[in-house]
Amino acid sequence: MYDVILPFKLFKSSRLTILAVLAVAVSVFIVIVVMTVMNGLTVDFINKNHGFYSDCIVSTDSLVGFGHYDEFITTLWSRDFVESVSPVINTFGLVKSESSGRNAALSLMGIVPESHIKTTDFAQSLYYHKDNPSFAFAPSYNPQLSGCVIGVDLLVERDQWGRYIQWPYLPRWSYGITCFPLTPKGTLVKTGISVSANTKTFYYSDNSNSGLAKIDSTMVYLPFEQLQSLTGMDIGQKRTSAIFIKFKDGFGIDKSVEKTADLWKEFVGQKSDSAVASLFKNVNVQDFRSYRRETIAPMEKEQAMLLLLFLLVGLITVFIIFVIFYMIVGAKNRDIGILKSIGASGFGITRVFLRYAVLTGLVGAVVGIACALIFLDNVNSLENWLYVKFGFQMWNREIYAIGEIPNRPGVALPLEVAAAAIAACLFGAMLPTIKAARQNCVDVLRVNQI
Amino acid sequence: MTENNNILTCQRIFKSYPMGAVRLEVLKGIDLNIGIGEFVAVKGASGSGKSTLLHILGALDKPDKGDVFFEGKRLSAFNGKKINEFRNRKIGFVFQFYHLLDELTVLQNVLLAPMVRFGAIGWLLGSAKAKKNALRLLEELGLSERIEHKPYQLSGGERQRVAIARALINEPDVILADEPTGNLDSETGNDILKVFEKLHSTGQTIVMVTHDDRIAQKASRIIRLADGKIASG
Repeated sequence: MYDVILPFKLFKSSRLTILAVLAVAVSVFIVIVVMTVMNGLTVDFINKNHGFYSDCIVSTDSLVGFGHYDEFITTLWSRDFVESVSPVINTFGLVKSESSGRNAALSLMGIVPESHIKTTDFAQSLYYHKDNPSFAFAPSYNPQLSGCVIGVDLLVERDQWGRYIQWPYLPRWSYGITCFPLTPKGTLVKTGISVSANTKTFYYSDNSNSGLAKIDSTMVYLPFEQLQSLTGMDIGQKRTSAIFIKFKDGFGIDKSVEKTADLWKEFVGQKSDSAVASLFKNVNVQDFRSYRRETIAPMEKEQAMLLLLFLLVGLITVFIIFVIFYMIVGAKNRDIGILKSIGASGFGITRVFLRYAVLTGLVGAVVGIACALIFLDNVNSLENWLYVKFGFQMWNREIYAIGEIPNRPGVALPLEVAAAAIAACLFGAMLPTIKAARQNCVDVLRVNQI
Repeated sequence: MTENNNILTCQRIFKSYPMGAVRLEVLKGIDLNIGIGEFVAVKGASGSGKSTLLHILGALDKPDKGDVFFEGKRLSAFNGKKINEFRNRKIGFVFQFYHLLDELTVLQNVLLAPMVRFGAIGWLLGSAKAKKNALRLLEELGLSERIEHKPYQLSGGERQRVAIARALINEPDVILADEPTGNLDSETGNDILKVFEKLHSTGQTIVMVTHDDRIAQKASRIIRLADGKIASG
């Protein structure tokens, strides 16, 4: 029973315990705060990519695109695991603002709003057409005009809090969009000896805030068929750059992507005698993570690096606990001798100090978690206060597409960190505890008698 | 209990300690019998090996050579668990510097020995009886008003009486006391000595190390150690 009571008594009485608890609490605090923020940013980034690109993308990097896409879409619609499908053209063009006269080379995305909003989160990214996203390309002042949706960062400014300062009404802006059409063989369409360029005027109908900074600052969305015509993808066999696919819940993305890849392989086999069969060579079937691996992978790598750093934090905590427990055991030499003189076993002494370590880890973890939760709960208002008072902002909202600093750690993270903190304490206290258990009580009592 | 009425027996005990490059011979073949109910004082000059002998008798230390028998059983044949049980139930130690745990109250210090004796479940069942015994002992030793005090709140004499209560709580066969009055003034020392005399009068076996002739005279037998050997007694 002494091995149950003494850990509490030692915990309450030793000043060194406060140092140990503080060391654990600080480590727990740092890990929870940083993991919450960084995980939040990574998860948010992955979710936004998922929302923008759907579950699965059948695509080619070639600006020529690939044909027979409508037949493959029909095939996909007949499958039970497919929720919705939408063709997408990805290309580039010159965009000239007809009011300011400014020119810019931008990314163009041709979409079919009716199917695209069912396949991706495009509808939620709109400002003026949130309630009727199917009409995203219909300017409210004249729905008969050809509309274009423009990436929010190309047009709309933000305040210091990162909020977009939207126009209360839709401005009458028009843009001349020029593309260089390509034949199915990949050559520029020519008129006589000069290269032909297609230009068409589009009217600003909405802006899109996908939350992906690079997309929102470079992308102009156009109606699928009109971009198809501008890029020459309607010459001969109609072509597209990509097909976005959303799978039904419960079918699993990985398995459904495999099924889609098999279907595509089979489809390509059936179309081997097509005049545009050569364009299938560069087509890939991938899930959104693989499709966006160039941007997602570095973030995931950063997360892995962060875990490594936290492993170092853990090791430092273990070392601090080791040092503090070594000092505690040194200070409690006499008590160990007394306990042994009244019959306590080495194992009993081990239990006393290991329970003491568990208690230290537990209290340190609780303090650290409580501080982290309070800090995270106030991190956004704290950042606002710092900005108002000192002009300091963690992430400049005029540059970064971050609304609020992620501050929801969930339940699992604090529990995992608490368990790791207790384990670190046990690990750190192990050697000093073994030393305590092996103390020769005569030596200890004699030294303390001098 | 042995036929010859000895509770503790030492046979040819040798003990040495490393002292730099050489070994310091402390005990050089000690033969000793302690009878049941005896009050034995072990006397000798500083460094004569009195405390070492006491530690060996109480299985806190091991001799280099020779054997110690408790009720006829060789201590060196005991395993770790048996040795711990022996220290807990058969022997009660009283040290010169009291050696109480500062974090615990007087009552908790006295209850420490039964706590070591019982496991968690045993303690749940036996704690009431142990507490009753502890309170009775503390009352007998005049400490009933001090049970919730911490050791630093007590005088030297009071601390030593707490240490005696802790030594007695498990009703040991032998009390081994190492200079129990050495750190006390003469008046308080006399009070403590009276406690030991009272214990002896109830049949308690006591082995007390002292270098004070006046205290040794209270014992029923005096053993004098000189140069690592028993000079008389």
